[in-house]
Amino acid sequence: MADWSRIRADFPILHQQVHGKPLVYLDSAATAQKPRAVIDALVRYYERDNSNVHRGLHALSMRATDAYEAARARVAKFINAASPAEIIFTRGTTESINVIAHSWARAHLKPGDVILTTEMEHHANLVPWQQAARATGAELRFVPVLGVDAEGGLDLAALDRLLTPQVKLFAFTHVSNTLGTINPAAELCRRAKAVGALTVIDAAQSIGHLPLDVRALGADFVAFSGHKMCGPTGIGVLYGRRALLDALAPDETGGGMVASVTYEDARWKPTPERFEAGTPHIAGAIGLAAACDYLDGIGRDRIATHDAEMAALAMEKLSVLPGIRIIGPRVGSPRSGTISFAFEGVHAHDVVTFADEDAVAVRGGHHCNQPLMRKLGLTSTTRASFYFYNHAAEIDALTASMRRILKFFGAT
Amino acid sequence: MSGDLSELYQQVILDHNKRPRNRGKLPQANRVAHGDNPTCGDQCSVYLRLDGDRIADISFDGSGCAISQASASLMTTQLKGKTAPEAEALFKEFHDIVTTGQAPEEISDLAAFAGVHAFPARIKCATLGWHAALNALHGDAAPATTESHQD
Repeated sequence: MADWSRIRADFPILHQQVHGKPLVYLDSAATAQKPRAVIDALVRYYERDNSNVHRGLHALSMRATDAYEAARARVAKFINAASPAEIIFTRGTTESINVIAHSWARAHLKPGDVILTTEMEHHANLVPWQQAARATGAELRFVPVLGVDAEGGLDLAALDRLLTPQVKLFAFTHVSNTLGTINPAAELCRRAKAVGALTVIDAAQSIGHLPLDVRALGADFVAFSGHKMCGPTGIGVLYGRRALLDALAPDETGGGMVASVTYEDARWKPTPERFEAGTPHIAGAIGLAAACDYLDGIGRDRIATHDAEMAALAMEKLSVLPGIRIIGPRVGSPRSGTISFAFEGVHAHDVVTFADEDAVAVRGGHHCNQPLMRKLGLTSTTRASFYFYNHAAEIDALTASMRRILKFFGAT
Repeated sequence: MSGDLSELYQQVILDHNKRPRNRGKLPQANRVAHGDNPTCGDQCSVYLRLDGDRIADISFDGSGCAISQASASLMTTQLKGKTAPEAEALFKEFHDIVTTGQAPEEISDLAAFAGVHAFPARIKCATLGWHAALNALHGDAAPATTESHQD
């Protein structure tokens, strides 16, 4: 049994008052809080080792290089990649997806080809594919989300129809940031592979929340951000199978990624360096490795169980509120620690403003999911998202705050 | 409830949110403009029937938070019968109220929005309908968006 209250003590930010009340942070799907171990790793690096990597021969530069490359190896182990060379450090999920959408898609797609994605994607896994389709003449198609009153899952029957040999790439989210749906990623990869399509998994919402093994999933590319898994902002990862990365030309060029340069031309270093032009976010990578250590110290299977318990409890307490509509998987179905809901007659931004006064941090809006919101007939929802440092009393605080709001707006 | 929050959600605002005035399309409109706030998804269309320089009739339609909907509703009651220069002057007064929290004594229900100034993120909600109305008045085809103008 994890000692969750001791774990909560690892997060300095959680022990504060907001508007005179104890902070209830329920916005981890936007960004997770940072444990002392990650903060200390950043401070230690800047206080002792700060230097540029790969290009210096002095002691600090060697230390920084060693720590940066050790971070790459740590992340590789965290997701069970075959080699550290399969880990490219980026700014985050968005940049990771854009690398594929630029380097791979523009080199390989042509008119008649299909990029397949789903109706539940975050804008970060939608807009880059719209642009890639536009640039290459490929067509963008969508796996439907099952109807408004269904379980918020993908229409897997439609997937069979949609996965034709014309599909060259299937990009999907592992966990929906709005619905809380957990997609069957291994099955989706298997089906895509059967028609020869490459897979891109947006793991922004699953990384650090669920055990994630890229080889067991059979994924070709996986994108995620450090800050959603207790790491720093500004650091993310693109995982790609070695053979794919070695065959890929970089989109961004400059220093650090070149093997040799003349006035006329340049040759690229092998992966991963060829995709990391310029000085990388060294401290970010080191902080991310510290986050990997921290999360594995708790155990991602236990984190997943805790997330699910929090979500189940919140579903139970929220679902009895008058006029509430909870979107996504129903009670009893698998769900991540994310719950989005709307109240009849009270807009999400008014909800969030009121909740803030109760020191309850939740998010209101379209959650970078505008087309999905339109499909569900909503303009915005309030989203509460949980992580392993949340506890049951915070769900009571959330529910009490929601009741106060409903009373104020005369909705009860 | 804190002072700031009760200042923000004045009775007048709650009332207009719950029972919006002049809501829906205006069949005889000869001007229309659409406003949207991309960060929160609020939308507001304003319909005008202009009689020369004068707003003979006005309505709005849209969706959004209580502040944006109440503001658009109250705005329609204030702008009916006004000339274009009068409407612009009124918007300037309204803008001053929501950004400074200071309301001139003679001003009407618009003063209810003074509490918005303590919530800078909500100023755009309060001004959305007004921007759409002024665009409609000027005959601008482009939708008003809170990303392209100051508040």
